Amino acid sequence: MPGLLGKKIGMTSIFSAEGKNVPCTVIEAGPCVVTQIKTKEKDGYNAVQIAFDDKREKNSTKPMVGHFKKANTAPKRKVAEFRGVFDHLKLGDILNVGEVLKNDRWIDVTGTTKGKGFQGVVKRHGFRGVGDSTHGQHNRLRAPGSLGASSYPSRVFKGMRMAGQMGGDRVKVINIAIVKLIPEKNILIVKGSVPGSNGSYLIINK
Amino acid sequence: MNDLMKAVAQEYAARQDFPKFGAGDTITVTYKIKEGTKERLQSFRGVVLQRKGGGINETFTIRKMSGNIGVERIIPIESPFIEKIEVNKYGKVRRARIFYLRKLTGKKARIKEKRF
Repeated sequence: MPGLLGKKIGMTSIFSAEGKNVPCTVIEAGPCVVTQIKTKEKDGYNAVQIAFDDKREKNSTKPMVGHFKKANTAPKRKVAEFRGVFDHLKLGDILNVGEVLKNDRWIDVTGTTKGKGFQGVVKRHGFRGVGDSTHGQHNRLRAPGSLGASSYPSRVFKGMRMAGQMGGDRVKVINIAIVKLIPEKNILIVKGSVPGSNGSYLIINK
Repeated sequence: MNDLMKAVAQEYAARQDFPKFGAGDTITVTYKIKEGTKERLQSFRGVVLQRKGGGINETFTIRKMSGNIGVERIIPIESPFIEKIEVNKYGKVRRARIFYLRKLTGKKARIKEKRF
């Protein structure tokens, strides 16, 4: 079985059997439709493409409508590919969270983190800033300090941590525990947090 | 709240029915304490300062004066360690969160009882 596509719903906390209060994320996982099966002969590699979350035909481009029609399904918002050979899957098959994750206890979740905009080094890289607002400092409390030596090497090394865009990255969280599945409602509850804001799309890998 | 969040809340919801209480009420909470392998009961009687959160994340804050020192506990209402909750007195207060009580002592810290 390949993975699934899902949507982050929000976080909550649940008391476990031992009485511990466990922070959890609620994910709407699937149902996903198989929309394309890629083969080595035809596409150069083996993969299965799945799609999730209906949208109206009015809001879809004609090429996309045609693509989804081949799988006999309504247009979807999110499409993803899983590499590998999945012989038991046919075009138009529906994947449900209850079947796909039936025997799994741990999953990997990929998402896009919340965008933080252009941030300085203190927030972005955890620099400590200048600890003092006195002793001659007046405008460099959160400055990065030295970027390196002077005449040798006469340049700033690549990868030097500086201010810049923070967040909005694709991040994969590996080995998060499944707390519960509610297959009738396509709900997947995992322990801890996953990247992104509520309502953002997630790729669930096994 | 999202429908799916509600479904999750339902799945884990209310295992017991506690009496209705809110800010200003005096209640006694009896809860289990684990000491190593042994379990025993302890009760905490005080004034409810607030109820906060919704669904399975709802908590309440309860305050008592232990000698001269104010002691507050925040307890999740879905906590499996709560044995029972008793309402001793319904208080008459005008707001949902009565943090002003923290600054008051002695006669000023009294709350009028609600008459039905």
